[in-house]
Parts: sequence; C-alpha cells; structure tokens
Amino acid sequence: MIKAILIFNNHGKPRLSKFYEHYTEDTEQQIIRETFHLVSKRDENVCNFLEGGLLIGGSENKLIYRHYATLYFVFCVDSSESELGILDLIQVFVETLDKCFENVCELDLIFHMDKVHNILAEMVMGGMVLETNMSEIITQAEAQTKMEKSEAGIAGAPARAVSAVKNMNLPEMPKNINIGDISIKVPNLPSFK
Amino acid sequence: MPAPIRLRELIRTIRTARTQAEEREMIQKECAAIRSSFREEDNTYRCRNVAKLLYMHMLGYPAHFGQLECLKLIASQKFTDKRIGYLGAMLLLDERQDVHLLMTNCIKNDLNHSTQYVQGLALCTLGCMGSSEMCRDLAGEVEKLLKTSNSYLRKKAALCAVHVIRKVPELMEMFLPATKNLLSEKNHGVLHTSVVLLTEMCERSPDMLSHFRKVHKLVPQLVRILKNLIMSGYSPEHDVSGISDPFLQVRILRLLRILGKGDDDSSEAMNDILAQVATNTETSKNVGNAILYETVLTIMDIKSESGLRVLAINILGRFLLNNDKNIRYVALTSLLKTVQTDHNAVQRHRSTIVDCLKDLDVSIKRRAMELSFALVNGNNIRGMMKELLYFLDSCDPDFKADCASGIFLAAEKYAPSKRWHIDTIMRVLTTAGSYVRDDSVPNLIQLITNSVEMHAYTVQRLYKALLDDISQQPLVQVASWCIGEYGDLLVSGQCEEEEPIQVSEDEVLDVLEGLLVSNLSTPVTRGYSLTAIMKLSTRFSSVNRIKKVVSIYGSSIDVELQQRAVEYNALFKKYDHMRPALLERMPIMEKTASNGPTEIVQTNGETESTILDTKHLPSITQPASQANDLLDLLGGNDVVPVIQTTVPTKPASAGGELLDLLGDLSLTGGPTPTPAPSVPMSQPPFLLDGLSSQPLFNDIAAGIPPMTAYNKNGLKIEFTFERANPNPNIAVITIHATNSTEADMTDFVFQAAVPKTFQLQLLSPSSNVVPAVNQGSVTQVIRVLNPQKQQLRMRIKLTYTHKGSPVQDLAEVNNFPPQSWQ
Repeated sequence: MIKAILIFNNHGKPRLSKFYEHYTEDTEQQIIRETFHLVSKRDENVCNFLEGGLLIGGSENKLIYRHYATLYFVFCVDSSESELGILDLIQVFVETLDKCFENVCELDLIFHMDKVHNILAEMVMGGMVLETNMSEIITQAEAQTKMEKSEAGIAGAPARAVSAVKNMNLPEMPKNINIGDISIKVPNLPSFK
Repeated sequence: MPAPIRLRELIRTIRTARTQAEEREMIQKECAAIRSSFREEDNTYRCRNVAKLLYMHMLGYPAHFGQLECLKLIASQKFTDKRIGYLGAMLLLDERQDVHLLMTNCIKNDLNHSTQYVQGLALCTLGCMGSSEMCRDLAGEVEKLLKTSNSYLRKKAALCAVHVIRKVPELMEMFLPATKNLLSEKNHGVLHTSVVLLTEMCERSPDMLSHFRKVHKLVPQLVRILKNLIMSGYSPEHDVSGISDPFLQVRILRLLRILGKGDDDSSEAMNDILAQVATNTETSKNVGNAILYETVLTIMDIKSESGLRVLAINILGRFLLNNDKNIRYVALTSLLKTVQTDHNAVQRHRSTIVDCLKDLDVSIKRRAMELSFALVNGNNIRGMMKELLYFLDSCDPDFKADCASGIFLAAEKYAPSKRWHIDTIMRVLTTAGSYVRDDSVPNLIQLITNSVEMHAYTVQRLYKALLDDISQQPLVQVASWCIGEYGDLLVSGQCEEEEPIQVSEDEVLDVLEGLLVSNLSTPVTRGYSLTAIMKLSTRFSSVNRIKKVVSIYGSSIDVELQQRAVEYNALFKKYDHMRPALLERMPIMEKTASNGPTEIVQTNGETESTILDTKHLPSITQPASQANDLLDLLGGNDVVPVIQTTVPTKPASAGGELLDLLGDLSLTGGPTPTPAPSVPMSQPPFLLDGLSSQPLFNDIAAGIPPMTAYNKNGLKIEFTFERANPNPNIAVITIHATNSTEADMTDFVFQAAVPKTFQLQLLSPSSNVVPAVNQGSVTQVIRVLNPQKQQLRMRIKLTYTHKGSPVQDLAEVNNFPPQSWQ
C-alpha cells in the first residue's frame, strides 16, 4: 500500500502532498520536512530507496524517490509493494504529466495543483494502483476537464476558445506548392483586331 | 463584496512574497476574505474559495474551517463543484471528525448518479477516506458497481472494495460472488484492480484462500492471463519499454505467490509459467528487472522444484553484479529473505556480497552487512571477520553499534580458538569501543573468566590498551575488571602467548587511580575501578596505598562510590579476617544461552535467583532412534523418552568428552556439565555447600505434598513439587536421592520417561555420588510440561555402582498427587 505521495522542490517547498493514511496537519508538515531532509542528503548515483523516517513508520516503510530537474517525486510505501514497480510507476506518472501539460515544468505543477491531483486520482486510489496505462489516464482526465469547462458558463469562454483552437483540425498546409509539370493548354483564342 | 480572486492570482501573489512573514500575512488576509465569503453563503464562488484553501493547506496553514464548505460543494449539482468538494474532503477530512458522516448520504446519491465521472468521484473519495461506518452503509452500492459492465467504474469499485474490506473485514463475504467474473475482463485496468482485490482477500482470510485455490480454480486462470501477456507480442496500448503491461504481470506474480505458498498442487501448476517468465524476460530495462525480481520472490516462496530455485538464486546473483544500484539493493534484500532456507546457494555469492560492504551507498552497505552476518559460519569465520572488522573501522557511526553486536555474536558462535576470540573482542573494543552496547560488557567479562588459560594474555593486552586510551567506556570497564581479578598475573609477568611486559604494582595502581579521577570516566566506570583497586588489596602487597585511596572516596559526592568506599573501609577495619575470602578469584560462571545482544546474563557470578525466562521447554529434537535402548527396556509403546537438548553454548572443557562417552545414551540424566538453556541449576559447588539445593525459583511452593517415588535396596528417591511461575502448565519436580546403606553409590544416573502428551526436561544433577548412611543426597530437577492436564505417570531407570558392582533398576511412578498435574 502506498502511504503517501509527495512532490517537493530542491528547497523543500511542497508542490503536491497526498496522504493515504491519517495524520494530523502538523504531522503532515513534519513528515514533508523530514522526508526532504532524508532525500536531499542523497548523492546522485546512489540507489533510489531509503528507509522511511521515524514519523512515517520507520523501518517498515520505504521511501522510493526520483529526482527530475528541480523536483523530487517521493512515494512512501510499505513492504507489500514492489520497489522496482513503484519506480516504474513514478516514471509513468511523470510521463503522464508531461503529456497533459506539454513539457511539464515546476511552474505547471504550482499553478495547476488541482489538475495534478485529478490526474493522480486516476492513477492511485486509496493507496493502491488503479490504472497504469498512460493513454487511458489521459483520456479520463481530459473528459472530466471537458465536463468542467462545459459547466463554466460565460466565465469559461476564453478558456474554451483556447482549447478549441488547440484542438482544431486544420489540414496541414503544404509548405512547397509543387505543381510539377502540368501542361497548361492555352486555347487558341482569336486575336482581337 | 468584490469577486474573490482566482486561485492563479493567489498563487502568483504568494510567490512574490520574499520572506516567510510576508507570505503568512498574505495568507491570513486571504483567509479572512475567504471566511467572510463563506459566511455570505455565496454559491458561485464557493469552489474557487475552497480551491484556494486547499492550496494554503498544502503550504501548511490551518484550513479546517473549510470542511463544511466542502460538504456543501459535494451536495451541489455542478460537476466542477463536486470535483473540488470531493478533493477537499479527501485532503481536509478524515474519520476523526464527526463531520465526515454527513457525506454519507451525498456519496450514496452520487454512487447512483447518471454520469460515470460523478460516480467515479464518489468511489474515489469513499476508497480514500471512508470510515468503517460509511463503509458499512455503502458496501452494498459498491458491490453493485463491481458487477457493472462499465470498465471505468468497475476498476474503481474494485479498489473501493479493497478499502471496505480493510476497514470492515466482516464484509468480505459480501464481495465474493462478484469476484467470479472479474478475471474474464479484457480491460487491463479492471484486471489489475481485480487482482489487487483478490490478493487482499487471500491475504486476510485463509478460508478465502482455500476457496480460491480449490473451488474457484484461480491458478489456471491467472497462468492463462500471464501466458497471454508474454506471448502476445507487441501491443501498443499496454506497452512499457517493450514489455506488455509489466504492472499487471508483477501483480499476477504476487498473487500466484500467495496462492502457491504451502500448497503443492498450485505450485505444480505454476512451475512452467514461472520458468518461462524467468528465462524470457528482457533485462535491459528496469521493467524487465522488476518482473524478474517478482518472479524470483515467488519461486522462493512456493514449493517449487529445486531446478527452479537454483535458477532463481542465479538470477539474484546476476542482479548483484549489475551496475544499477537499485537492482543490487533489491537483490541484497531478497537474498536476505532466502538465506535461511537456501543457505548453501547464497554462500556461493559470498564474495560479491562482501564487496558490497565497500560500496558508497549507505542503503546497500546496510543490507550487505546484515547479509554478511547471516552468512557467517564455522568455515568462513576467519575471512569474514577480517572483512567485517575492516568494515567496522571505516563505516558510519550509525552502523557501528549494530556491526559491533553482530561481530560479538558471530565470534561467540564460531570462534575457532579462544585466543582468536579474545583478539577479535579486543579489536572491536579498541576501534568502536564507545558504540558497543552496554550489555556486552558483562558478556565479555564472563567470556574472559571462562577462558582460564588466557587470563594472563588477556589482562596484559587490556592493560596495554588502557595505557593508550581511556575514553572508550566499555573497554575501560572490562579492562579494570580484569586488572582487578588478575592483577597478580600481570605483575608477575607470566604471559605465554605474548612477550610479557614489566609492570610494577604501583604502575597498575596509578592507572586505576587515574581512571577514578579522570573526567572521561562515567560513574559506572569509576565504580568498576574502585572495586578493582579493592580486589588488588589481596593480590598486591602495597595494601596501605589501597587503604588510603579507599578511605578518600568514603566522602565522595557520588553516592554509589561513597557507599562502596565506606563498605570497603569497613572491610579493612572490622572485617579484615574475611577480606581474603571475599575478594577471592571469581569462579567460572554458568551462562544462559545468548541468542542475541539483549540476553541478560548473570553479572558477577553471585547466586541471584535467576529470572525464569520464557524459553522453557526445548522440544524434543533428536530422533527417537537414539533412545532405542530405553524403549526396549521399558517396552512401552506410549512412552516417549525424554531427550535433553544439549545446547552447545560455551564449550566447557570437560563437556565434550563426556558427551562422547554417553554417545549412545544421549538421554536425560547423564551427568553432563553442559547447562540446560533455561534455568542454570548447577551452582558452583563451593558456594552452595551448606545450602540445600532447592531450585531457585522465585515463587512459593505450591503446597503440594512430597512423595516417595522409589524405595528399594536402600536407595530412596523422593519427589518434591513446585509450580513454575509464569506457566502453570509446567510442574517442577525435584528428586532427592538418599542412600541408607553403608557404602556409597557412585556413578548414579537417573533417567525418566513420560507418556507422549507430556514433555519432560531433566536438568543436571547436583552430583553422581549418593553418599552412604544418608549423609547427603543427590538432587536433580525435572520439569514437566503438561498442557493437556492429564494424569502424570513416569517410568524411571536408575543405574549406579554399589560396592563395586553395577546395579540397574526400572520402576514406574504412578502415585503422583493430583495437585501436581492439575
């Protein structure tokens, strides 16, 4: 079972925190800080597995993390999950975010926290892996976003316009209009005299 | 009131804050605005406000005033509202707040909503934070959704069902009928979550497990699905790095592991597919390795054939040589799990594992250390110890305590010679002395006492170490104890193993006094050195100096030191005649079997009433074939002879040969000096001479009357009873054998046998000579485990030599008083 999923940046600021077990708000913040301490000390070429910190269950739980650019993605799992499988799951998660946000970067996660939560909810539910197929996840997430947009009324008009343009199926404009060899038959017109 | 700002604006504003205080200020202002907006009951902007609140919650600010608003959002008709509402519920609410129960009705309605996404949201929230009351109410709805044909909902319902089962295990049967068709789905998402649901059910209840094995025939279905996945070739929608849906493969392998564990038929059925997966999976990417890892774990857990097991361990061996650290870590972890069962196979990879000790990665080092300790055995102890000591020198402080205890344990079990053992201990004490656990000091002292011939060598080495460094407390304590005991050997320069050093009495006393005054010494250490100085008063000749030291400390601030000094002073003045006897050399201590560093061992050989530890009855380990002679003699068919388990703790010198002598009579009652693993009965004789050998249990005699078990030819055997305190099923019988004839009975051996429902343990007798004319008695303690509270019967066999001729006799004892076995 996955106990918690945390995303924070190189300075420890949380960008996403989802707990699948009950902790008080203070404990949650402490866990984030403790995890950041443990993970940021790690060198670049050591393995991606760590014993959990004391607050999150100690040596029974493991922290499996991956470092992408400025962000740490940390999954805290117990012994029933396969460590290598979770590594793959993190990869699938990041690739999904990449597809949804087009070259995702930290700013995307900052400003669209709710969207990230929605995507995560399609992948992991109740601490267990729900869906791992990237295209399936993206389809569902986008369908729900469309539903939201359809309800948004006039305030959503600019957003709808933007997505309409994005999804417009313009036929590809040919770059070189290469007519090639056409024999244009010029009719023999009578000359005006 | 102007429209509340959007979430994006808020985030932008917060990011412009340059200090924590500024950020806090902005957030407080916004919180106030949100609160007033909530009070106005504004429907249009509620979801915006809650979204902002969730963001602030993530940053760590209190957001509990938004809980009710989340509920209102959930109840709204709009999808946007519901989405934020449910997200807020998952983040802000949990079962500790009573408010969450209000959600139950909303969720129930939403579970039956026409839009699948709304149903999905409801299932998601229930599956994440549903309390047991909510689960009980809504389990029926979840079960209905589990049977729907919509795969999107079906997979969510499956995981929701897992959560319900975790919260309310009694509802498991409810989901059973729905699981029948789960595995025939084509959709991989549904397959995946169904396997998770089946795994959870099998793990929780053994009845379910057998149901799934036999009735449901789950194993063939899973094997078929797995085969399809492997053989199906490239399928773009499930492909991850060239392998078809590795997540599903891993899950199925895990479920197969649970189904196959301990069950021969299931294991048979999956042998082929496991071999196929193990050989065909590509290992260049992480996904392939993940599948292989899971396969190996499954092979090791089920009853697989030996060829398959060898294949699995070889795969692990290959993992160990992989460049990827993750793979190596994972390999070390799984080898640790399998080292108990397949010890020899893992030994082959020992050198690679020892190399991992030198890795830079902390996680790998720790795993390698644990595995190395598990691999130490009598053959490789010297080589391994060298590596481990080198590791101890260079490792992080976090490791040192564990490593030191591990080394002590390993050294104790497999030491090839006493000198090697002591050298190893010395090395550990000098390099990692301050990290050694406290209870290892008494262990070491006891070890040193028992190796009699090494005393001079030990004390010399310890003295030299003390001259170098007095900061490591365990070393100092052991050293001062030894100098106190064997100071005379030190001064007389008798060492055989090494060059003897020339030390004078004054130098020794200087060192010990230095310990007393040094700031580095803890109070415990000071106590040790004061006692050591006192002991030297009988071994050295400069008694006056010692008297002076002792009297100074009679007014020490430390109460412990003061008490000791005052008592020692009194010893000099009033009780000087007792001083030599009291300060004599310590006798060899008997020891309880140490199974780990937390075992408590007798401290100074004093006859304290030992704690009756819970490892009472060793079960009958040796096969009955060794007891054939007794069986023949007794001719009993329901009588099982009792065999004393001879635990090889300390190789006490005489023990070995006596065991050989008694080779075919490996039954109880042999006068073997090897102690039984529980209560150390045999006390050193010269301390207990006057005392009657009552077993030192700290409970009262249960008031059961003693009985005479045997009385023939002048030999009388009486049984007295007691109840062992922590376990009322154990009756403790002490036999007293007395001899009323004029000649001694020598080589007296008492053996006993009990019916099968009992277990019996005989401890060592006090001696094997029953003196004549009732001058003394031989006592021995018998412990009987009687879990079924049946009537106690016993057959006894006695052998002894009387007036030069051997005598043997058999008897049956049936007249046990009822209280002894009830």
